[in-house]
Order: sequence, then structure tokens, then C-alpha cells
Amino acid sequence: MLKFPYYPGCTLKQKARNFEVSALAAARYLGIELVEIPRWNCCGAVYSLTTDNVMRQVGPIRNLIRVQQLNDSGELPERRLVTLCSMCFNVLKRANLMVRSDPEALRLVNQFMDTEPDYRGEVEVVHFLEILRDVLGFEKVSAGVARPLEGLRVSAYYGCTLLRPREVGIDDPEAPRVMEDLIAALGAEPVDNPNKSLCCGSYHTVGRNVEIVAKRAYRILQGARDRGADLVITSCPLCSFNLEARQDLARKLYPDFRPMPVLYFTQLLALAFGLEEEAGLEENLVDPRPLLRDKLGVAV
Amino acid sequence: MPRIGVYVCHCGGNISDVVDVEEVARFASRLPDVVVVRSITHMCSESGQRAILDDIRQHRLDRVVVAACSPQFQGRTFEKVLQKAGLNPALVEMANIREQSAWPHYRSPAEATEKAKVLTAMAVERVRRVRPVERETIPVGKEVLVIGGGIAGIQAALDLANAGFRVYLVEEKPTIGGHMAQLSRTFPTEDCASCILAPKMADVADHPNIHLLTYAEVLEVKGSLGDFRVRVKVKPRYVDPEKCTACGECEKVCPVSVPNEFDLGLTQRKAIYLPSPTAVPHAHLIDENACLGLVPLTCGLCARACEAGAINYDDSPKYLNLKVDTIIVATGFETFDPRLKPQYGYGRFENVITALELERIIVRMAEGEVLRPIGKRVAFIQCVGSRDAQVGNLYCSRICCMYATKLASLLKRADPSREVYVFYTDLRSYGKGFEEYYRTAQELGVKFIRGRPGELQEDPKTKEIILRVEDTLTRRILEKRFDLVVLSVGLVPSKGTLRIAELLKLPRSADGFIKEAHPKFRPVDTPVEGIFVAGTAQGPKDIPDTVAQASAAASRAMAIMNRGEIELSPIKAVVDEERCDGCGECVPHCPVEAISVDGVARVNPATCKGCGACIASCPREALDLKLFSNAEIMAEIEAALAGKKPGERRILVFADDMCTYTLADGVGTAKLPYPVEAYIIRVPSSSRVTPAMLVRAFALGADAVFLGECEEAVSPYPGTLAAIRENVRRAREALEAAGIEPERIQYSAFVTVMFKKFTGLLRSLAEAVKRYGEIPEEKRKALEGAVEVPG
Amino acid sequence: MSEITRLDEEGEAFLTKVEILSGQKLTLCEQCGICSTSCPMVEEMDITPAAIIRAVQIGDRSVTESKAIWVCASCFSCTVRCPRGIDLAKVTEALRQFTLRRDVNYIDLREAQGEEYPTIALVSAARKFTG
Repeated sequence: MLKFPYYPGCTLKQKARNFEVSALAAARYLGIELVEIPRWNCCGAVYSLTTDNVMRQVGPIRNLIRVQQLNDSGELPERRLVTLCSMCFNVLKRANLMVRSDPEALRLVNQFMDTEPDYRGEVEVVHFLEILRDVLGFEKVSAGVARPLEGLRVSAYYGCTLLRPREVGIDDPEAPRVMEDLIAALGAEPVDNPNKSLCCGSYHTVGRNVEIVAKRAYRILQGARDRGADLVITSCPLCSFNLEARQDLARKLYPDFRPMPVLYFTQLLALAFGLEEEAGLEENLVDPRPLLRDKLGVAV
Repeated sequence: MPRIGVYVCHCGGNISDVVDVEEVARFASRLPDVVVVRSITHMCSESGQRAILDDIRQHRLDRVVVAACSPQFQGRTFEKVLQKAGLNPALVEMANIREQSAWPHYRSPAEATEKAKVLTAMAVERVRRVRPVERETIPVGKEVLVIGGGIAGIQAALDLANAGFRVYLVEEKPTIGGHMAQLSRTFPTEDCASCILAPKMADVADHPNIHLLTYAEVLEVKGSLGDFRVRVKVKPRYVDPEKCTACGECEKVCPVSVPNEFDLGLTQRKAIYLPSPTAVPHAHLIDENACLGLVPLTCGLCARACEAGAINYDDSPKYLNLKVDTIIVATGFETFDPRLKPQYGYGRFENVITALELERIIVRMAEGEVLRPIGKRVAFIQCVGSRDAQVGNLYCSRICCMYATKLASLLKRADPSREVYVFYTDLRSYGKGFEEYYRTAQELGVKFIRGRPGELQEDPKTKEIILRVEDTLTRRILEKRFDLVVLSVGLVPSKGTLRIAELLKLPRSADGFIKEAHPKFRPVDTPVEGIFVAGTAQGPKDIPDTVAQASAAASRAMAIMNRGEIELSPIKAVVDEERCDGCGECVPHCPVEAISVDGVARVNPATCKGCGACIASCPREALDLKLFSNAEIMAEIEAALAGKKPGERRILVFADDMCTYTLADGVGTAKLPYPVEAYIIRVPSSSRVTPAMLVRAFALGADAVFLGECEEAVSPYPGTLAAIRENVRRAREALEAAGIEPERIQYSAFVTVMFKKFTGLLRSLAEAVKRYGEIPEEKRKALEGAVEVPG
Repeated sequence: MSEITRLDEEGEAFLTKVEILSGQKLTLCEQCGICSTSCPMVEEMDITPAAIIRAVQIGDRSVTESKAIWVCASCFSCTVRCPRGIDLAKVTEALRQFTLRRDVNYIDLREAQGEEYPTIALVSAARKFTG
């Protein structure tokens, strides 16, 4: 049983419970235990980009200290912290890279958190997709498939924070393939989408500029639809929300738009492993169950 | 006992206005072994030179010191005088009392005079110990290896062959001609490329002085100028080019079809094929990887179809061992692989092609074969793979602006109803006729938009390419659908260039192309003597520049070979075979691999560059440098520090000949002030100054030592800065152990214009010396025992 | 449209401030425009990303009042494409600070009360759009 420290982030405990539930189930099935780190705090969602941003790293780094504590106590010696949410992944990894390359920044951050042990910079931040691809290997994932998703045409949507900037990304931002390889490993047909890493609009979903998001949701989903996709998978609760919750507005702006289910990639894993009970499908805003019953004969 | 003559020059007032030359003369006359002293208004004049000649004869002088200007200025003059008198030219030394005393220190004549005396004493002590040096020559023949049969290699080979030299032209493809043979027309004249190239290719094939080896690879190169030993593998063609008539009957029956490389995969060829319509040698060959099987023979249809009986399935590789005197590298370029920029869709979108592919399409179209439709709406995207930090190519590929302008013009002229756009960031039309050609393109109606597209999209149904770009001049985002998008791909060094560079140990510049010996004055020499570079192997350039460079490389090679022998610089590393125990420590310290061990260390005088970086590495101190030996340098050091008055400070400055010494002369000529207590000692490279010498300098009275060396980019010796860093580190350790401030030793790299940096660093050092104060005698004495400098 | 923009010390000071805050050398930008056509939000902007950089280069402080810098979604598409290696996302972030650090928010989070947002949306919007 592989054990990794795991950082869920706020949204996976709130609006994106289905992401976590399906991920933990799929991981367990594959022999991976994701151990939630104790006393974690919000990562901050976005990485602060100004040069004087040292204090903004305190939040993310405190989470890395939790991992360091688990390592030091011997409770869990694994240094790689696994994340599911792309934005959490991006913030934590960038904060980590920043303090590792700037000793003065590390010193200030440690000094500020005087009740915490000093962070030494030894933790690695990884995304669950990297574990599947690099640690387990897609062959093992494929070998575990109980229900091959034949007949299902799936388009991957990477969003921004999983791939950019280059020092953080888990794949080539111009030609990523990790999700398509995963889709193929599960027996489904990967459908390419030229808008697969077009920004969904991110935080513009809050407030008066929400149309920005609806327009992009249209482009992303229609791009997938035009190429024959049945559904889209994502790795980020904000992308997921934007692509699902803004479909109504997209329909108003573009009459030719038809609803498209959006799943977390871990929900697809759960389906392929026969764990549909634990896939959290009832919580998706655009109900994918009719499509899945139709295409896969799944009783959901 | 040496008999030394000292001549102090007035330099027409340049020196004598500041320095009291008579006093210097009087001082010199009191130095041991000085038998004649004169002070003359112009030493370099007829009468000045005559005075030396006469004195040599009359007074039986065997060494001469001329206290005058810089040896870089008139050194040769006085060497010739000694030669006239029958003396070895190494036996004259110049004390640089003009550029290094009278001029920079013109504000303090008394100090300048004192300094001039010390400089003269340094020269006298050095010349006393100089050993005469016989110039070694090595014979050089008339055989040249040209690697690469593109236009650069072809031009160089023809120039050399026409001048009577024997050329081996080795080309890895089955035909010569390179990329130029693939082009449609050339800018700015729109000449047909293969039409103007074909006669040259024919000349190469026919020339009695050119031994053409195609389908051949250079496997190994050993040796040096005058004696390069090259191993070449000639791959089997399975067709005898002497018998083959290129009738093509074999192709008709061959069952195997593979992509045709000459057409970049846009057409197919057979396993037995003619490399190109204009191929030289004009003969077929069998691609053994594509053929169904040669051993054992699977098919055999081609041999049956061949009336000339030219096919030989039993062909095998041939290995040749050549001995040549010089080498010219002309291995050329490749185009940037646009798959490295996936955002442009090359390889995924059928309507995105490269400019080289368009060249082939245009050539074939003129022959009546349509490889693909061009359509009515064509876009050119510039700078693909160039000027791009994201793919690591920061340089500009130089020819793309013009080749795109040319291709755009050709397409527009062929069909004026076409819409042709060129999307650029800068339009570089710098050459002869280029700007006028750009204007002509504009007159034809080609549209130039200043903006670089971020990405391309494809309409999945129509396959049109949707292009969006910011027109940075109007700040609008423009959008258009195109039938064809052409990527103006940049140039990168070819795989052959990279392989040959490694094989011949040629350094490459930051842009990846082969590095020239000096970017301004030796643009076709490589840092390895006897090896030259020409064409795009050295950097992107167009055909006229390539041809010019090829002729330049040929002429450089000819200049060396014409003399029949070359005189090696006398400054070479030498091994004291009695001290040497063959440990081999020195071998990795030589940046040009000139040392080998065969019982004892042996220095190859042809390869040795005379930097002296090896000397400090020898644990038995068995290495020395001719003309700048340990004895000579130590003598200069001692003389520089002798006669130091109490409270006086002296800083020794070791200046490498190429850069720092020249720089110091420049500073003096510009009359820029720097500390008068800085005494400059000329060395070929500061890496020759060993830690032992540095430490002894302090033992003898130095208050600080500064080492100056060329910056890496302009240095004639690779890797000396690293050696200097190490020597300084070791010397500083010794100083620190003796309780002396290690910061008294400083070093820096220069190019010859860094006046402010030089004077600034010396001033800082002088000020630091003031702050540190005197070094107590006991500490100096402690150092004296610690090190010895043999020789 | 014949307003003259003076290239003066005030403009120079503004450029320096932005360079320090963003850590980017803006004089490196050669205005090729790749960022603009890589930007997924460009149609919503009043000035293009390349124009934003140009404005800072010539010391035009009014760029801090543009709509464009708020439309930016920090997606880093520009960052991975810039052929000069400039991180534009850091530049727009710096320009936003000229407003945010004066205690002026771009959005009023009370407006967000009408909907049930995922935490990630509220936190990221608050971080980007409020001081």
C-alpha cells in the first residue's frame, strides 16, 4: 500500500466533495492511501505574483510544514504531498519553489511563523495525475480497469494551473497528453479539443463580469462537442464550476449550445474501476447519469 | 658573462618631456653586465637602429635592452636589428617607459622617472636570463580536407583546387549541393538556385584536384596542422557511379516506396533512387534500409533491369585513411523543427507547412507536378524558432525575412488574385538589393503586418487555418482564414555540424554554431590551428555571404600552406624530463590536449598554444614555458621589487599579451592616470603565473599582485580563467596561513577597451594596500622559506 | 488626436516602480504581440496585453486605470509564449497593486451574495480584486 500525505484544499470539503470522494475511492482501489494532513489551512487559491510577496507565502508553506512534521515524527516518511485541485497544486508548488530558491525569503517566512518549526524546503508538491503517470504508470491503471469505458468519448480539459507556468506544469503546456493517455488507459476514446487549455475565466465567475466565463465555457465545451465528445473531464473545482454552472448563461448567449456533462477525472477513474457508488455523480451540477446509463449501461 | 647594451629613447619628447632620460641612462650604466648605455632621440629611426648595430659589432654586445615604447609597438623592429647583427631575436628586450610611465604618469615626472628606472632594470634582468630560442618549423603540404559539400564546401574546394591544392571533399549525403540545390529561386535577384549551382557542382566532379567522396562520413581526426590524420568511411552505394547512366529503369521495377528526403517527404522515391534531379555524382544508389534485403538477396529486380550492369549487391563500406594539412568545416545547417512549437499546428494541420517545403512545391510546380494546392489566401509567419526564449534560440536567423519576401513575391506574381500576408516583428532587409526587393514585394501587393501570432487554429470541417494576430501598429486584433500558412523556420546547426564540432573539439558559440577564433579579425579561423570554418556551420547567413566566407577560408588555408612550412610560435611549454615522473597530472590541465604521457610527459609543439596553464598543475614543477620561463619571470619580479624605499609600495600587474597588456598600453596612450606603483609584467597568459611565483613575489616585497586576462569570448586560449582562479586560490591560502591579507591578490578579465575597469580596479587595489598597511618583515621572511620556484 | 505624451522623469519613475514590483525588465519587450493573441481574454480588454507593456515602457500611468488589467485572469498563457521571456502575468499583477494598495477594491464582495459559490471562487476573487 503506497501512502502519501494529501492536501484536499477548502473546496473539496465544500462544493467539490464528489472530487474527493471519487479520488479517495479510486486511489484506495489502486493501492494508494491518501492521508489527509492534519491542521491544514487554505492555500490561498492564487499565487501572489509581486516581488514583495513573501508574507503571502506563509499560508501555503504552513501546509508544507505539516508534511515535514509527519516526516520528522516518522508517522509518514513520504516527502511528496499529493494534491487534487489544480489551483492548490499550483500555489503550493510555486510557493515551495520560491522559498527554495530564495534563502532570505525562506528565513523571513520561518521567522514570521515563530510558533511553527522552521520549514527546511524538503517537501515536493505533486499532483495526483503525476502519481498515476510516473509512480504507478498507466499500465497498472489499465490493468485495474473493471469496466472498460468503451464507447465513451471523453475530452480532457486541463485549464491553466495544471500546465503553466512551465516550471510548475506537469506536462508541456503546448501539447499536453497526460489526461488523454489516462482516458485511453481506461478504455475510453480521448477526443482532442483545441481549447483544452484555454482559460475558463477563473475568478471572473464572481461578480458582474460573469459573461466572460460563460463565453469561454461555450468555447471549451463546444470545441469538445464539435469533435464528438460525450463529456469533459477536469481537475479543478473552479474550472468544473465554471463549465457547469455557467452553461445556462452560455445557452442564452449562444442558442446552439447544448448541455455537456463535466466530470472530475477521478470520477472517470471510479467508473472504470466499478466504483460508481463512490463516484459522487449525484452532486455534479449537470447530471451526467443519463448519458452514462445510456453509453455504459451503468446503474446510476 | 653577458654583455648588455641599454638604449634609452627620448621618443622625440614623448618620453623625455616627462622622464629624465639622462638619469635613467646613468642608472642603467650602473647595472651589472651593462657595458654600453646611450640616450637617443628616436631609437626606431635609421640612426637609432644603426647605433645598436654598430655597438653590437664594436662592443661585442650579446644582449640589448631598448627603454622606449611598447614592445607591441616596435618590438619587431628591434628583433630585426638583432637578426641583422647575427644575434638571436629573443635576446632583445624592451622596457615600456612610454606607454607605462611617461604617458600615464605625466603629472608626476619624478615618480615617472623612478618607475622608468625600475622598468629598465626589469628588462635588463630578464634579458640577462633569456635563453636564445630557435624557431621551430613544421613542413606543411598542399592537401586539404573540406567537410561538407554544400555551396560553402563547393566554393572552398574549387578555390583551393584552382590554386593548385589537392582537395578531399567529403559529403555525407549521396550528392553534393546541400540545401541550395533544394531552393526554387534566390533573393534578391530571383535567380534559379539549381541553375547557378549546377555548373559549380559539375566543376567539382570534373576537377582533377578534387577527390570527391560522397555518401561518406568522417569518423576520426587525429593530429594537428600539417599532419591531420583523417579516417573516412565511404558507405556502399551498391551501384557503380562510373557505370550507371541514370536511365531510371531500375526505379520502375523497384517494389519499395519511401518518402523522398530531397523533397522533404512530399514525394516518394524507391529504394533504388537518384538522390535529386541535379545530383552529382549523377548516379543511382540503393538505400540499404529501405531495400527488401541485400544479404541474403530478397528481390533482385533492379539488377535485372539494369542494362549497364552497374548494380553490385556485394558492395561494402570502404575505409580511407587520409593525411591532410588543413581542414575546412562546411557542414551547414538544418531548419528548425516546427514540431517544437506545437501551437502552430505543424504536423497536425494539413495546411501548415514550412518555407523549405514551399520551395520544393514551387520547384515541382514549375516542372508540372502539383504536390499540394497553394490556394488563394497564404500567410507567412516569421521568426519560427528564432528570437525565441521559449525554445532556447535567442538569435535571429538572418535570412527568413528575405526568403519569405521572396516566396511571397513568387506566389503573388504567379497569381495576382492571391492574398499574401507576411506576419513579422522586424523586417530585416539589410543586404545589397534587399530593401529594394522588399519594396518590389510591396508593389506587388504583398501585405506586411507587424505582429507575431500566438497560435493557429484549424476549422475541423474545411481545414482552413484561422489566424489571429495583434497588428501592433494599430493595436487591433486581426483575424483571417487562410488556405495555407507557411512557417518561416529559422536555421539551427545541422547534426553533421554538431558531430564534427565534437570530433574536432571545436568550441561552439552561445547560439550553438561553431565559434570563430576572433569574432572580428578571424571570422573564418577556428581556435584550432589549421582548421577553418565556412558557411552556415558558423552561423546563419545567405548565399553571397556563404560564398565570400568559403573563399576566405580557402585563402586562409592557402596562406598557411603556400609557404611550405610554418613557423611555430616559440612560446611553448617544455618538460624537464629529469624532474618529470610521468604522473600525468598535467594532461587534463591543458585546454587543447597538447600533452601526452609516454614515460615522461611530452608536449606537442604543433598543438601547444603557449598559455602556460599546465605549469601550476605539476606537483614536481617539471613544466616551464619557453621565452617566458620561470627564471625570466622571477628575474623580472625581483627587479620590480628591488630598491624599494621604506614606505614605498609596489603592486605587480601580470598582463596577458592579447588583452590586458594592450589595454594597459591603451590606457597609457590615452594618458589616463592609474597608480604609479603598478608595475606591469607581460605574459602570454596570466595562467602561467604559478601560486609559487605569486607567493614569492610577496616574500620579495610585493604589496599586492593583480592578474589580468582576456575575457573568455575573445581569448586565444580556452579555459585559462579557470586555471587563474585556481592558482589565485592556492596563493591566497598560503598568504592567509602566513597572516597576510589574501585580498592582496586580485584578478579580472578584460577586453581591450575596458579602460575604466582597469584603472578602477588598480586604484581600488592601491587603496586597499594603503588600508592594510605594510607587511611586516617577519611575515615576508616566513613566506620566503615556504616556496621555491625552480628554473 | 494630437495629444503629445512627454517622456519625462515621472514616466521613468513609473516604469521603474513597475519593474521593481513585477521583477521584470520591461525594456526587453520588443512589442511582437504574441502575448496578445495568446491571451484568452483579449477580446474583453480595452487595450491589448502588448499595449499594456508599451504604455508602461513610455511611462503612461493611465494604464493603471485600464479595464484590461482587471480582465486578466492570471492564466499565464502570455508567460509561456513570450519570446523574450517576460512574465506578463507578474506585470499586470503589479499594475493592479497601484489601485489595490490604495485601499480601493475592484469588486465589492457583497455583490457576490446572490449565488452559492465554491470557496475557491470567492477566495481567488478576493485575493485578486481586493486589497
